[in-house]
Formats: sequence, C-alpha cells, structure tokens
Amino acid sequence: MSELINPLSEEEIAAIEAEAAHLPERRSAAIEALRIVQAKRGWISDESLGAIAHQLGMSIDALDAVATFYNLIFRQPVGRHVVMYCDSVSCYIMGCEAVKARLCHELGVEPGGTTVDDRFTLLPTVCLGACDRAPVVMVDETLYGNVSADAIQELLSDHD
Amino acid sequence: MPTIEVDGVRYEVREGANLLQACLSQGLDLPYFCWHPSLGSVGACRQCAVVQYKDEEDTQGKLTMACMTPAADGTRLSIDADEAVGFRASVIEWLMLNHPHDCPVCEEGGECHLQDMTVMTGHTVRRYRGRKRTFRNQYLGPLLNHEMNRCITCYRCVRFYRDYAGGRDFDAFGSRDRMYFGRAEDGVLESEFAGNLVEVCPTGVFTDKPFSRTYTRKWDLTSAPSICHGCGVGCNTLPGERYGALKRVHNRYHSEINGYFLCDRGRFGAGFVNADGRLHSAGLRRDDGSFDPVPPDEALRRAAAAMANGRVLGIGSPRASMESNFALASLVGREQFCSGFADYQAGLMAAVVEAMAGPAIHVPTLQDVEAADAVLVLGEDVANTAPRLALALRQSVRNESFAAAADASIPVWQDAGVRNHGAAYRSPLYQAAVLGTRLDDIAEASVCCPPETAAELGERVADQLGQRSGADTALSDDLRDFAAAAAQALGDAKRPLIISGTGSGSAAVIRAAAAVARALAGGERDVSLCLNVPECNSLGAHLLGGGMTLAEALTSLEQGEADTVIVLENELSRRAEAGRLTAAVERANVIVVDCQEGWTPEHADVVLPAATFAESDGTWVNYEGRAQRFYRVFPGRGDCAPAWQWLTRLARTAGQEFAERLAGFEHVADVTAALAREHAVFAEADDAAPEAGLPAGLRVPRQPHRYSGRTAMHAHVSVHEPRPPADTESPLAFSMEGQQPRDPGVLLPFSWAPGWNSNQSVYKFQAEAGGALRGGPAGVRLDVTRAAAGRRVEAPAAAADRPFRALPLQDVFASDELSLHAAAIRQRAAQPYAVLAPADAQGLGITAGSGVRVVSGGVTVSLAARIDPTMVSGAVGLVEGMTKGLFVEPGMGVDVSADPDYVPPSDGVIARG
Amino acid sequence: MTEDAENKPLSARITAAGGFVDIDAYEQGGGYQALRHAVTAMAPEDVTQTVKDANLRGRGGAGFPTGVKWSFVPMGDDAGDGVKYLICNADEMEPGTFKDRYLMENDPHLLLEGILLGAYAIQAPQAYVFMRGEYHLAARRLEEAIAAAEARGYCGKDVLGSGFSVAVGLHRSGGRYLCGEETALLNALEGRPAQPRARPPFPPASGAWGRPSIVNNVETLCNVPGIIRHGAAWYQQLGRGEDAGTKLFGASGRVRSPGLWELPMGTPIREILYDHAGGMQDGYAFRGLLPGGASTDFLVEEHLDLPMDYAAIGNAGSRLGTGTMIVVDDSVCVVDLSRNLQHFFAQESCGFCTPCRDGLPWLESVLADIEAGRGEPGDLELLDRNAHYIGVPGHTFCVHATGAMEPLASALKYFRDDFEAHIRERRCPHRQHGLRREPI
Repeated sequence: MSELINPLSEEEIAAIEAEAAHLPERRSAAIEALRIVQAKRGWISDESLGAIAHQLGMSIDALDAVATFYNLIFRQPVGRHVVMYCDSVSCYIMGCEAVKARLCHELGVEPGGTTVDDRFTLLPTVCLGACDRAPVVMVDETLYGNVSADAIQELLSDHD
Repeated sequence: MPTIEVDGVRYEVREGANLLQACLSQGLDLPYFCWHPSLGSVGACRQCAVVQYKDEEDTQGKLTMACMTPAADGTRLSIDADEAVGFRASVIEWLMLNHPHDCPVCEEGGECHLQDMTVMTGHTVRRYRGRKRTFRNQYLGPLLNHEMNRCITCYRCVRFYRDYAGGRDFDAFGSRDRMYFGRAEDGVLESEFAGNLVEVCPTGVFTDKPFSRTYTRKWDLTSAPSICHGCGVGCNTLPGERYGALKRVHNRYHSEINGYFLCDRGRFGAGFVNADGRLHSAGLRRDDGSFDPVPPDEALRRAAAAMANGRVLGIGSPRASMESNFALASLVGREQFCSGFADYQAGLMAAVVEAMAGPAIHVPTLQDVEAADAVLVLGEDVANTAPRLALALRQSVRNESFAAAADASIPVWQDAGVRNHGAAYRSPLYQAAVLGTRLDDIAEASVCCPPETAAELGERVADQLGQRSGADTALSDDLRDFAAAAAQALGDAKRPLIISGTGSGSAAVIRAAAAVARALAGGERDVSLCLNVPECNSLGAHLLGGGMTLAEALTSLEQGEADTVIVLENELSRRAEAGRLTAAVERANVIVVDCQEGWTPEHADVVLPAATFAESDGTWVNYEGRAQRFYRVFPGRGDCAPAWQWLTRLARTAGQEFAERLAGFEHVADVTAALAREHAVFAEADDAAPEAGLPAGLRVPRQPHRYSGRTAMHAHVSVHEPRPPADTESPLAFSMEGQQPRDPGVLLPFSWAPGWNSNQSVYKFQAEAGGALRGGPAGVRLDVTRAAAGRRVEAPAAAADRPFRALPLQDVFASDELSLHAAAIRQRAAQPYAVLAPADAQGLGITAGSGVRVVSGGVTVSLAARIDPTMVSGAVGLVEGMTKGLFVEPGMGVDVSADPDYVPPSDGVIARG
Repeated sequence: MTEDAENKPLSARITAAGGFVDIDAYEQGGGYQALRHAVTAMAPEDVTQTVKDANLRGRGGAGFPTGVKWSFVPMGDDAGDGVKYLICNADEMEPGTFKDRYLMENDPHLLLEGILLGAYAIQAPQAYVFMRGEYHLAARRLEEAIAAAEARGYCGKDVLGSGFSVAVGLHRSGGRYLCGEETALLNALEGRPAQPRARPPFPPASGAWGRPSIVNNVETLCNVPGIIRHGAAWYQQLGRGEDAGTKLFGASGRVRSPGLWELPMGTPIREILYDHAGGMQDGYAFRGLLPGGASTDFLVEEHLDLPMDYAAIGNAGSRLGTGTMIVVDDSVCVVDLSRNLQHFFAQESCGFCTPCRDGLPWLESVLADIEAGRGEPGDLELLDRNAHYIGVPGHTFCVHATGAMEPLASALKYFRDDFEAHIRERRCPHRQHGLRREPI
C-alpha cells in the first residue's frame, strides 16, 4: 500500500480530511469520502477505491464493503447525468411505469443502462420525498415533479 | 445454577449461557447456523427459533431466537411447539430458495450442516418457482475453493476471518439477497487461518482445494485422533485417509488448546505425508552414491553389521515421537545419545526448561492465553512460529471489552453488541520483535529491535516491576517509555501473561521473559509464562536429554571416536554447518531412519523408511509440557514403519546385547511405559493414551458406519475383500465395526452423531456446548520440574566476524521442514527472501525484490531482497527454512552483497535444493 | 403571537414567509428564544422533563416518547468522559413520506434549534444530522443554517455565553432505507454498511462509537423549540385527542390536492382526506389507504372516521407511522401494488437476517406470478403463512420486514377477492394488453 500512487487530487484529499476531522475515527468518513470522489469523477473506480482506503487507513476490502452496500455509490461508470425515476408506491400509483417506459424509450436503455453517448445513465430510485408531486424524476440534483410521459423529452433536454 | 424448562423437562444450565448453548448442552437437537461457540451470537440466520413463555400461565408464548436470549432462571420454552417448528422449516425454505441442488458434486455433501438442518427441519418440497441467484467465484489461492452460489449468508466466514482472526482482505460485500463474501478482488487469502473457513462455513462455499483434487466423502474417510506436526503448540487434528493417502486434515476439538481452529501450516502442511519424496522402502547406498531399494531384512543386516564393531551414536529428533527417541536413546545408551538439536537450539531449550521449572511459574494453555488481561510478547514472532498461539493472543486483547460489555449488561456471547460497545476497550498487549508482526494491529505498543535489545527491555520491565534498580541501560528513551508502560500494564493486570520462546535465537531473551514473570509473581495475580518451542516434540526431546551435544557427536564421528551413527528423523543440514556435517558423515557408517528424502538420507549408508505421524502411534510433548498421543490413521505404504519399531528390529538383528536394551518393546505402549518408568518427568506419559473403557472385544472404529467400497476398492488387485489391518497398538480399529465411547476424550476418530453429519456434531461429545470433551481434554500435563537438571548447554556465541550478522526470522509457511514438502504449502509460501535495513540495502545497491547473495562458511544462497525500515542496520534477517544449504546460527557473521544474476523462482514456489 | 404561530408551531413561519425562512425571519418569529431560555435559565434535566411532560412522541414512525428516551442518557458523573451524541435522523426514505424534506428545506433553523435543545438536554458536545443523500437543497440550507447560527453564537463553542458547547455536523447518506433504522443509522454514521445492531446495548447507553447516543427524527426535534418556549401544557392542548401537539399530515395518490398540512394530533382521517386533500380525483374511487407510509397496514372505508393518533390507528390494526397517507384508488391493482411494495422492501433489505433477505424477494416473485396470471392454488396460503412468519415483531432482526408485511397482510385481508380473482382467472383483471386500466 505504501507504494501506491495516490491518484486523489489535493482538493479531494482536503475535502476528505475535513470530513474525517470532525469524526472520532478516520474510517467513519468512508461514505463522505466516497461521495466526495464520486462527485468529481462520476463513479468509484478500483483505483479510486484503493486511494480512498489508503487515505483513511482502512483496507480496500472494508471500504468496498461500504461502497457496494450503498445505493448512491457507483462502482461502475455512469453517464454525465444520472436520471433517477422514483418507483416507490406513491409514484407507482401516479403512473411511474409510463414515465419509466418513456425514459427507456427516449434513452434507448433499460434501467441500469447508460446511453451510447455516455450522456445519461438511467436508474430507478426509492421515494424521493416529493410524493405530493408524484411521479417524480431526479436528474443529477434537479428534481422534477408531476412528470408526465410527454414531458420526458423536454426534461432530458435540460441536460447536455 | 439456573433451571430452565424445555418442552416440560427441567434442566440445570450454566449461569450466563444463552438458550441455544443451554439446549445444545443438554444434547437437544436445535438447528442453528450463524451461532458458533467461539464466534458467539449475532442473530442473523433466525434458525434457532424457539417459543418462549412468559410464565407458568402463558400457553401462547412468543417466538424468540434462542442464541440471542439469556438462559435465565425459570425460563420456559419449547423447541417442539408448532410455531417454532413451522418457523424453523420456513427459515430453511428461505435459505434453500437460492441454494443450488448440487449436493452430489459438492465437497461438503455428507458433512454439510445445511444438509443436516434441512433434513432436521423437514423441508422436503421446493415451492419456489423462480430462478436461482448466481455469482462469480473468486480465485482465493492454492488452499481454498470458492463457490458463492451455495452461500446462505450466515456471516460466519467474515466474522471468523475479519473479526476473530483479524484478516483485512475479506469482507461482506453488497446487500439484500446479493450479499457476497470474499475479497475485494481475486487473490490469495492473506490470513494463515483462512483454511478454517472450510470448517466454519456451514455449507460448501469454502472448501479445501488440495482435498477436492482427490476428493473423498467424509463417510469414506478413515480417520484417527492425531496431533499437528507443524509447531510446538500441539493442536489436535483429525487427518482422514483413503486409498493409502492422507486426504485432508480437520480440526479435532480441544478445549484447552486449539478449540475449533487450526492454522494453515498445520491443516495443509500435513500433506507432506503424500509427498513425492517420501521414503517407502529400505535402501542401501552403493559405492557410486546411488541407492538400491532392498528388502528390509537386508538393510537391517547391513545396519547391524555396521553396529557390530565400535561405538554407535544416536542422534534423536525434536520431531520424532517420544517412543522413537527413547528407543534410540536406549539402543545406543544415554551417553551416546544426542537429542538432535543444533547446539544453539539446545541452549535455548535449556533456558526454556529452566524458566518453566522455576518456582511459581504457570505455563498457560491457549485457553489461559485467551483469558490474559495484559500481555508482553518478548522477541517471539508468534504469528510465524506458533500461529494458533497468535490467534489466542488476538482474543486476549478483547478481555477489556468483555468487562466493559458486562458493565453495560451485554452478555459476552452477544458478539456484535460486545464489539460495537467495546471497540474502544482493548486489553494491553506489548510487543518487542525484530520486525513488525501480524499482531501489530492489536498491540498497545510495538517496538522493533534486535534480540539483545529485547532482552534488555525485558530485564528493564522486570526491574521496574520488582522495584529493583537495574543495571545502567543503554536503552533509548522510547524503549524506556515502552518498558515503563508495559510494566505498568502488567502490574495492573489480574492475569498478566509473558510470551517468549526460541524464535529470537537468544537465551537472554528467554531469561528476561522469565525474569518479568518472576517479578510479577506473588500477590493476587495469576501470572503465566508461555515459552514457545519450535517443533512438535522439542520439549519432549529436550526433557529426554542425552549425553552429548550435536557438536560433540559430530566431532566424535569426525575424529573416529565413534564409527556408526543412527540418525532418527532429523534433517541434519538444518542443524549444523555443511562442512562439519560432511566431514562427520564421510568417516562414519550412517544409518538413517526417516520419512522423507533430504540431505541426511542422501548421505546415509542405510536408510530405513519411517512412518509419519499419520502412519504410526506415538507421543509428542507440546510447549506446555503436555504429552499427547497421536494414533495411526492408516498403515502406510511399502516398508515404512514407526521408527521405534525399526530400532527394535535393528536391535534384534544386531545381537543379544542390543536386543536386551530394547527387550519387551513389542507395542508402542510398552515403549511409553518403559519411558515412564525410567524418567520421572515422563511418569504420566502413558496416561495420554487411555483405555477406551468399552466392553471386551469392542473397539473404536476409525471408519463411519456408512464407509463404502470396502469390498470393491481393492478389486483391481484381488476380488477377495482383504481383511482389515489389525491394530495392535491402540483401542481403535481400521474398520466400521465397534462403538464410540460415550465419554471419548482423546478417542474420537471422527465426529458424528445421529442427524449431525458435519463437524458441528462435536457438541454431542462435549460436557457442554463449546466446553471440554466428555472424557476430558486430551493429553496429560507433565511435571517439568521433575526434569533431571540436564546439563546446561551454553553454546558459544556465534562469531560475528563478518560485516553482517544474521538475525533469525520465521515464516509461517516456510520455516517448518515437513510442511514445506506439502505441495499446497509450497505454492502458498513466499519466495525465499532476506530482510535488510533500507540504509544497508542502499549501500549495497540492493532494491526491493532484487537479488541478495548471502555467504557463510563457503556456502552461498541467493534470495529476494525485502527492505524493511524496522530492521536494525548491520544485520540481515534470514528466514529459517529459506536458506537451503546454508546453516544459520543466530548472530553469526555473514557476507551480504547484491546478486545481479538473481532470477526469482517461478511464482510462489520455493526453490528446491 | 398570531393564532397561526400559536397553533401551527411547525409550519406557521413557512406559511408567513411564503417558503424559505432565513435566520432573520426565524429570529423575528421568536426563533432561538427557546434555546436562549434553556441554556441560560434551565438545567438540562428540566429541558428533558418539559419534553416528557409535553408527551412529545417520536414522529419518525415508532412513536416512542422523546423525553423518556432522553432520560435514559447517563448524566453528570455517570457520563464518564462526557462524550455523547445527539443525532438527527433526517434520512427520510419511507415511501409516501415527504414531511422532513419540507421542514428542512423551508425552516432549517427550526430543526437546528431543536437539535441544539436536544443536545443541551443530554449534554452532548456533538450533534450530527444524518441526511438523505438525495436531499441536495435541504443539505445546502442546513449547512448554511449551521454556519449562520454559529456566527450568531447559537451553536459551536460556548452557546450564548452559557458555557455549553456543541458542534453540529452533517452526514449525507450513501442511500439506503435501512439507515432510517436507529441502530443501522449508527453503523452508517460510523462509516459501515447500514445493518442494524443487536440490543442491548440500547443507543442511549451505547450508540455511535460505543457512546451514549440519541437518535430523533427531524419532525420530532422541530417540535422541541415550541415546547420549551410555550411549555408542556400548551403543547398538550394542541392535540385534539389523547396525543399532544400538532403533526404534519399529508396525502398522496389520486386525491384532488395532494399535500402536507400541519394539523392537531387526532384529526380524523376523513377530514384530512376530504377537507384538506380535496377528496378523490374525478373518475377515481377510494379503495383504501396506507396511513403513515409504505410500512403501515391498509385502512379502508370503515376506518375513515378514525382520528389520526397513535392509539386509534393502532387499535385499527395499523400504525400512525409518519402520518403521510398514501391513497389507493380503484384504478390500481392491489396485487401489483403489493408487488411494488414488496419490491421496495426486498431491494432495501440490508441482507442480514434470513426472513427479510430471502423471504421478501420470494414474496415479491409470488406476487409477480399472481399478477402475471401464473398464480397457483395455495399461493395465498403461502403468502399468509409467510406474512405471519416474517411479519411478527421479533421474528426478524429489525422491523424492516415487519413493516414490509404490514401492507401485505392487510391487503390479503381487505382485498382478498382481488388476489383470488387473479389466481382464478389466471390474469390481472386490471390489465388489458399489459397496461393498467385507464380511469373511466
């Protein structure tokens, strides 16, 4: 491990250290660290995983156990934008299946897939806490409520 | 004792147990998966559900997990209630949704806990209509197979490997019904305890890779109680045989030593029994140096002829049985007998026995080690010299967290609760070793220093504890602080433990450890001193003693004072410098009794093939001074026979005078009895092999009653079923017929009980689940203080007359001579290496992984460089067993240089010769 | 004080501000006065006692009395080195629930003041907000709120000169429903997979990093400033029935005006459904509702006059849960809805214990079979039996699967005809050509 070339940027290291600073154990910053690196790189590669583990003084295995447990940590590459449609109960009642079908059609991928141009990755998500506006879709950090199948095309066009 | 009521029957149970333990301890059948006596309870599998009632009036009850519920006085429960029976059947149904129906091709089949529990709960029909989940398996190295599709997600593997054994390269990945147990990426499992996954896993996810190559079902194995050959700890094992080969080794439960776990050196190293280099026939050396296999009688005649004239010496062995050593000592006479240690080793052993025999010194069992609340490890790299001891130390540091848990009303068996609550609490372990060790992660403080500094450090700790003002010391401030902290921790402890041993190569270290123990003794403390010894019978061989040292024996041969030497199971090239050996054997008649090719048999005139532990009965004495009996697993191929038998036959061939010395040595028991009569220290040695206590004519079968193929397995030779070999040496039989004693103690050749085909069945033989075997823990502790004050061998300090001095290191997979003959261990072992300090390496132009040439006494070895900042400069760390041909005496001077011609051996294979 | 501010302590400021309440607006509405009063004039134990007297019960779903929970924390000399944690569970992920997001996005200082009061009550030097990873705006607002409050001396070192210090940190979740479970949250906070922990130890004695820890829901903590400011009696009288205070009630599904309303505890379901949510949309008829999120049992027409309080809903065989109801109309196939719910619970199982990990996906697949016309006789008995074995508290390691079985067991009870019709007809009566029936 000591010979590992640390591919984390100074900015990433600083951000990880800032998180670790207010926690009693360095390894407790694991999830934040994964989020920080993913925010910059879109996903967590094996190299990133090793570098973060090294930074936090934990084994790669222990960190991967964390990374593979959580829904929002991607261990595979994703597109430039991540489109998440809610498939939980309120959105289901309000017709999320039609939204999903249209998303798949427009993007030409099944849930979990990434478009050939690497622009979008389509993922289902659990309830986004906007059930009064169901069905909802979130693209990156933007939440869309009362989404109809017909609005999908326009919604996607917001994101290059 | 609390009383609980199970299905209307009252039982007295142990205070502090959980309901599952309590039920199992009564011999009741209650299915479970995730609970393990050594790993505790986590409540993951939900298999051990019972119905618990609030009080006498409650008829409804509530389903509860037995493993997570204290067995409090007055608890009423039912295993048989419909709700519990139905729920447990459902748990199996859920587990079987994804479990493949591949039992016929699964190595676990026939000893699978999941199979047993499935049958026990009555789940017979599959209702699930979906597809089964599939995973990709991983390459985990040469020792283990991985078949994740079979996983039932009980978490035992990760709890053993990561939580119990401290492994870092294994975890539980993913979530929901896609939990994956393995490594972050393919690769060799780093932990030397990985092999335990085979037994910890309740089904066939982790299986024994060497075993699976020539696989046999458990019910077709012939097994016998045995002892591990791998180090001085003396773990109890269950080797299994079929078709004349050792198939595999399983753990044999011993409450005071190995418990449920072995190390991989022992488990897989036993494969040496099948090695290509085994000697199966007697042989004579021709004048041209080649060997002729000859009938045993001819070899014996030749050997006897050599003994007829002149003086005969005997060189014994720390890896041969007491019986064989004693037979040799008796044959040649004590004054002509050397116990087979290198002189420096004999000096270390003398220091060990002197320390053990000291007043008020308690030598701990591994169970005692686990109970220690402060530990000082002085100069011994236990993870490499006695791995099972290191695993016990890993548990000892948890004691403070158990105390903290008790304060918080968390039962000790509630494993996750104890770990979560107690993460911040750790009993102190202080460690001084040449390099960093695999216990660094649990040490309160660790220092790396050469042995003389470790000795000084130990004396300083003793001084501080004894409030003696010690001699002025050259110790650095850091080391003084370390000593002060260690002294404080040990002084504050109730059960302090000092660990040292022969690994450092320094008697001063051993004496310093003893001094610390003495300084602690007295008062309310239970002080333990654990001194590790290198080989399976080191202590026994040393206690037997002899009239001469190895150097004296060699000199005597070289100078013609003796003409003949009988070498018993001893690879002398590991004990003495090559030049001296050659000079000695060239002049003498050399008779070698051994099991394996090597330098010594190659230089013998007569070779007599010895049976290994698996093919013979005998006694070894472990580090505690515990005499333990190993029983023959199978008769062995060709002419090989227990060494003591060869010696007896040789004595008879050599004429009356010799024959009388071994008169009455018909059976192994005769030899043990004679040993017990003649040596006070071995007075109880024959108690290690108790009677079975069965009705007359009944024996303890080595084969399960489902053993198959007996009528067919030799049909290609003869269609007549051969009579099973008779066992004249033990209460065991080489057949399925007989009876297992109710209180088996040592006489438990395999663990099986109705409905329990897996190793989990051992609870049926325990006084309580996870406790001692009924019939008592195997072996008998000898009173080491009775040892005749053997002459103390003060080996002259090796001359440090060259630029570098050699510091001995050990490697778990490379340092044991016999294990390295096992193919699996050769694959697992690292490439031979030497360790240098960074500055020294730089000065010599050596980089990590490049070649290092080490020269001494005209012998050169080439090794891969490891550069370690914790190495002291001016020294080179040489690993025992990795310097083939070069005898390394601790502290001796060697020349070290870069080896530009170095070619690393092909991956993972130790260079031979 | 306006009537609204008096009767709607959670939402009045937001309504008045027309949305986001910044620190100035918060102070102007009396914000941080409770904190000032507590740290300068009240002993920590008095704060706990007041919350106990107010009978504030956890708003995350379980309804445990908050003050009682706080009182389990070792205080004074019993507290060892004094390291303790007040943790706000802001991992809102219960399907159909959208109340905590509303509070955090719009009035972050209300939550922060509640956290600070809680930390003061248990004398915790460190507080953490464990926030849903997808709540980006809420996270920003809360971070800004913490900074603003620190600048004005409300948190950080020496709060308002009282000598009490507390740091507030924000943890953003990696995303997992189980994180909402108190002990799983602790594991997640420690940077481990969010699998629940065994009890004992209970978190107030030994929680995060083995230290005493209190985990409270966002809405729960948002109630605390009002209680401290106006007193327990005031809070008690806010409720319409036995339960004290107000609650954010919500409705989603095919109602005319889905939304969230702060109403007294004990407001009848019918009032929420018809007066506030406007009743069913045209062309859709009411079939049932899940009163407090996906993990609560169905209630049907006969239950509409029940007050939304812990006891009444509990007696009807369901749970108040989060108080945000999911309304099911007649266009929805209850079998497929049940499959959707089980899909959620199966996906979000942490993988620790067998019934949940392996049982839930099986039930999902059986429901999918029934929905697809592949149901077989015996399937309903299989579902019944499993719903019992998985659903009874204590059968599984935590309550995740217990919650999963609530809507399934109750659907099997109230809508059995639907299930039977699917099996009998070997098709979904609601589906034609694979699509859901459109409204009439």
